Amino acid sequence: MTSIFLEDGTNVCCTMVEAGPNFVTQVKTPDSDGYSSVQVAFDDAKEKNTSKPMQGHFKKAGISPKRKLVEFRDFELEAAAGDEIKIDIFDEGEVVSVTGTSKGKGFQGVVKRHGFHGVGDATHGQHNRLRAPGSLGPGSTPSRVFKGMRMAGRTGGQTVTLPNVKVVKVFADKNLILLKGAVPGARGSYVTIQN
Amino acid sequence: MDYLNFVHTQLATKSADLPDFRAGDNVTVFYRIKEGSKERVQPFKGNVIQRKGGNEPTCTFTVRKMSNGIGVERVFPLNSPNIEKIEVNKRGKVRRARLFYLRELTGKKARIKERRFIGKK
Repeated sequence: MTSIFLEDGTNVCCTMVEAGPNFVTQVKTPDSDGYSSVQVAFDDAKEKNTSKPMQGHFKKAGISPKRKLVEFRDFELEAAAGDEIKIDIFDEGEVVSVTGTSKGKGFQGVVKRHGFHGVGDATHGQHNRLRAPGSLGPGSTPSRVFKGMRMAGRTGGQTVTLPNVKVVKVFADKNLILLKGAVPGARGSYVTIQN
Repeated sequence: MDYLNFVHTQLATKSADLPDFRAGDNVTVFYRIKEGSKERVQPFKGNVIQRKGGNEPTCTFTVRKMSNGIGVERVFPLNSPNIEKIEVNKRGKVRRARLFYLRELTGKKARIKERRFIGKK
């Protein structure tokens, strides 16, 4: 993340995303696949690190092997396999949604994972555990713990979609896009941008 | 990282040539303020208690002053286009880069010694 100054002097925090060059690898239509979508590839990969079936897939579209393939349902722009999709399909000031994989936090307790407030007092059966979940429910009726009870466990590393992200600036020739605020995921991870 | 630098060279907004100053110096920052449609320049005079961010485009500095016996601190982004100019009133002689100890001191104890001999650059 970084921050830039707008023309009126306000300071805006923003995240820079390298968004291209993206190439269309496949166009799916209701006739051939049962639904309509466009498959887009990003980030060059070495040929030796690409499996033979995938090499064939890229060859069919006439592009070099890529690391990441993403499908966009009901793509509005016209696209054919092998086309490049430029980042200037987004305008400055447009509102987009950004999807990424959030940072993994490992095995975490309920305070971090579910936003429990912790016990804090010496009541509810606790005396020395500030971040304990407390009671899991009633006793002999129903004499079980309900499904979906929020407990400690693996946290983060999930697909997160952040809606209403403003596009601050687009550098089409460098395939860079500046988005206002933070986006999901670690540095260097992949995100998809949709409007 | 080179992409970050590229973006900042594209969007560089620095309005004025700013003087060289460091923690301990007494400066006056002339900051443009918008009130509705009117714009005016507000001076803020005080001691620089920290410079943060090195030579990064997002670097900031903090100025502390006593206003009617109450300590007031303001953080300015060094590259803000709203900074019209910065005047260095006094060079301070201090032994650390972050002068947070000044927050606990008032009156005569909160003075900073003046740096008389300014060494070669």
